[in-house]
Amino acid sequence: MTDLETFRKETRAWLEANCPAEMREPQKSEDEACWGGRKWVFKSPAQKQWLEVMAEKGWTVPDWPKAYGGGGLSAEEAKILRSEMASLGCRPPLLSFGIWMLGPALLKFGTEAQKKHYLPQIARGEIRWCQGYSEPGSGSDLVSLQTYGEDKGDHWVVNGQKIWTSYADKADWIFCLVRTNKEDKYHGISFLLFDMTTPGVTTKPIKLISGASPFCETFFDNVKVPKHQIVGELNRGWDVAKYLLGHEREMISGGGLGEGMASIGAAFKDVAAEEPVLRAQMALFDVETMVFRAHSERFMDDWKTGKAHPAYSNLMKYVGTELNKKRHELVMAAGGSDALEWESERSKTGAKPRTWLRTKANSIEGGTSEVMLNVVSKRILEMPGA
Amino acid sequence: MGLNHTEAQAMLKDSVAPFLAENAPVKHLRNLRDSNDQTGFARDLWKQFAEMGFTGILIPEAEGGLGLGHVEAGIVLEEIGRNLTPSPFLTTAVAAVEALKGAGAHLRGEWFPRILSGDAVIGLAIDEGAKHRPAATALVAARAGNGFKLSGKKQFVVHGHVADMLIVAARTAGAPGEEQGITLFAVPRDAAGVSVEADRLVDSQLSARVTLDGVEVTADAVIGDVDGGWGPLGKLLDAGRIGAAAEMVGVGGGAMDMTFDYLKQRKQFGRVIGEFQALQHRAAHLYGEMEGARSIVLKAQHLLDDGDPRAELFVAAAKAKAGLACNLSVREGVQMHGGIGMTDEYDIGLYMKRDRALAEFFGDSYFHADRVARMNGY
Repeated sequence: MTDLETFRKETRAWLEANCPAEMREPQKSEDEACWGGRKWVFKSPAQKQWLEVMAEKGWTVPDWPKAYGGGGLSAEEAKILRSEMASLGCRPPLLSFGIWMLGPALLKFGTEAQKKHYLPQIARGEIRWCQGYSEPGSGSDLVSLQTYGEDKGDHWVVNGQKIWTSYADKADWIFCLVRTNKEDKYHGISFLLFDMTTPGVTTKPIKLISGASPFCETFFDNVKVPKHQIVGELNRGWDVAKYLLGHEREMISGGGLGEGMASIGAAFKDVAAEEPVLRAQMALFDVETMVFRAHSERFMDDWKTGKAHPAYSNLMKYVGTELNKKRHELVMAAGGSDALEWESERSKTGAKPRTWLRTKANSIEGGTSEVMLNVVSKRILEMPGA
Repeated sequence: MGLNHTEAQAMLKDSVAPFLAENAPVKHLRNLRDSNDQTGFARDLWKQFAEMGFTGILIPEAEGGLGLGHVEAGIVLEEIGRNLTPSPFLTTAVAAVEALKGAGAHLRGEWFPRILSGDAVIGLAIDEGAKHRPAATALVAARAGNGFKLSGKKQFVVHGHVADMLIVAARTAGAPGEEQGITLFAVPRDAAGVSVEADRLVDSQLSARVTLDGVEVTADAVIGDVDGGWGPLGKLLDAGRIGAAAEMVGVGGGAMDMTFDYLKQRKQFGRVIGEFQALQHRAAHLYGEMEGARSIVLKAQHLLDDGDPRAELFVAAAKAKAGLACNLSVREGVQMHGGIGMTDEYDIGLYMKRDRALAEFFGDSYFHADRVARMNGY
C-alpha cells in the first residue's frame, strides 16, 4: 500500500470514529452551518464537538502548517481528506472568511507574530472575520476607495464607510482596506486588521431583494487602529488585497459546483418528462455542471501545486457564478407557480425564490463578471491596452 | 492522482507537438486537398506514426504495443486537431483497437501487428443514417451455414474506401432501436459483395458510403459475442467519442490561439483591435469554455483508463462539451478575423470545416446531452 493509500484508509477510519452522526446528515438550510466566533451559539452539541475534534486535529485548515493550528497536510493528502469527507457526507466543521480569505493572505504577507496570534484563532473558529473592501463610491473600481487612516504616530485614526460587508453585524474583527496616502491611488492603500468592538465602529444590515440581510453598511468614526495591526507594508495593501481576492473568487466560484444537485433533471424528473424543451435545457445544464466540477478539480490540483496561473481564480469565479445563476433560473422554471410562494410553510418561506434572488449577487460580489473578464483577458490572455 | 498530466505524459506531448507541427501542419492538409489526393491521408505519415510508436499506444504490451491509455491517445489527438492533420489514427489506432480488444486471439493476432507497423487502416461501418444512432442498426447479418451473410448500407465510413478491414455493426436479432441483438463483424474490404463510394466531405477528408450485398463471413469474423456486439461496440464508441473530443480540444484550441494572435496584430481605428473590451470579453469567455472542455475531456480520459463505471457518462458529457466549445471557437474565430476569415487562403475557415465534421462524428452535442439526461434518469 502506498503512503497515500494508507493515509486514505486512516483518514476514513478517523472520520468514521470522530464525526458525529448528526454532522453526517445533509444540511437542511444554510442556517445550520457553523461560522464560529465570539457571538456564536452552537446549534447542537454535535456541532460543537465536531468543530472541536477537527480543530484539535488541525483539519479545519488541513493544509496550513501545524505551527499555526493547521494539519500540515500535503496537497494530495488534503484532496484525500476532502474526498473522504464528501463520500461520508461529513459537513464542513467551520465556514469562515478567516480560513478562505484572510488566512492565506496572512500566511503570505503576515509577520511571524501575526501568524502565531491570528491563525490559530481562525483555525479554532474563535474569531469571526469580515471583509471591509467596497465603498459606496468604489465598487468595481475598488482602488478608488476613500476610507482614510490618519497617521497619529503609534496608531491610525480611521474614518469612512464600507458597504457590502458580509456578516459585519456578526463578525468579531474586520480586515479592511484603508487609504493611508491620498497622493498615490494604487500605492496609497494599507491592509489593516481591527476589532469590531473598537469605539467608533457601527454596522447596519442592508435588506436585499431576497428579503435577507447578509450584507451590511459599516461606518468608521475616529476608529483607533494600532500600527502593529497592519498586514504587509505601509501603502502596499493593494498587493495583499489582490492576493486575497484570488482566494475570495475561488471560494465564490464554488457555488457553481451545485452541491447536492449533480443533475437538475434528476431533481425535477416529472417536469422533465412533460416539458421537452425544458428537459433539453436541463440536459445541457447537467453537462455544464459536470464540466465545471471537472474544471474545478483540475484548477484545484494545479493551484495547490503552484501550477495555476495566478489570475486563474478570476476565470473560475466568472464561470462558476454564471453557472449557478443559470441553475436557479432552471429551478424556478421547473418549480412553476409553486416556486413563486414567498411566505408559505410548504415553500419553506419561499426557499426557492429567495435562493434564486440571492444567486444574482454571485456575479456582482467579489468582483463582477465584467471585471473578471477584464482580468482574464489582460492577465491570462495578455490582450493589449490599459 | 491529480487531474493534470503526469511527467511522462508531458514528455509525450513535448515529442508529439513538434513532430506534427513539423511533418503535418495545416499546409499538409492543403497540399492533399489541392493535389486532389484520393487516399485521404498520407501513407508515409501513417508509417511515421507507427515508427514513433503512436499506433501502439492503446495496444497491450503483451501484444507488442505500449499499453498506455486514453490520456496518451488524447495527447496525440489534440495535436492532430491543432494541425488539422488527416490521419486514420482515431478510427484505426483508437476506436478499432478498443473494439478488437474484445475480439478473439485470431483477429487480434491478424490486426494488431499490422496496426503497429502502420500498414493497416480500419474503417468503422456504424452509421446508417445522416445522424449517429448506433442502436438503430438495421444492416442484417443472417446465419448462413457456419457463418453469416451481411446485407445493408453504411455511411460516414471515414477512409472506408482505402480501409483494409471494416468493423461492421450488424443486426443478428431484435429490432432496430434495441441494443440487444447487434453483432460486430470484422469484414475485409475486398470481400465479395462489398462496394464503396468515396465522397470528399466539407473538411476535405474522404469518407465512404458502403454497401454490403450478401457478404459472406465465417464465425471467426465476429468480434465479441453474437447478439452481444453492444459490449465491444460500446468500447469502440467510448474510445471514438473521447478521442474525437480530444481532437476537438485541439481544433478549438488551434482556432482560438490563431484568433487571439490576430486580435493582437490587427489594427483598426488607430489601435490594435484586442484593446476593445467588446472583443476582450468574448475572448475571455471563449477561453473559459475551452478550458472547461479540456477539463471534462481529461476527467473522462482518467475514468476510462481507471475502468471507472462512471466513464460512459463522462465521455458523453465530454463529447457534448468539446463540441459546444470547439464550435464557439471556430465561429468566434471567423467572425473576429472579419473578411479575411472568409477567404480560402486563410486557415481559420479550415478549422470551422473540421469542427463541423468532428461534431457529427460519433454523435453530436445534442445526442450526447440527451444521453447524459437518460443516464441521469430523466
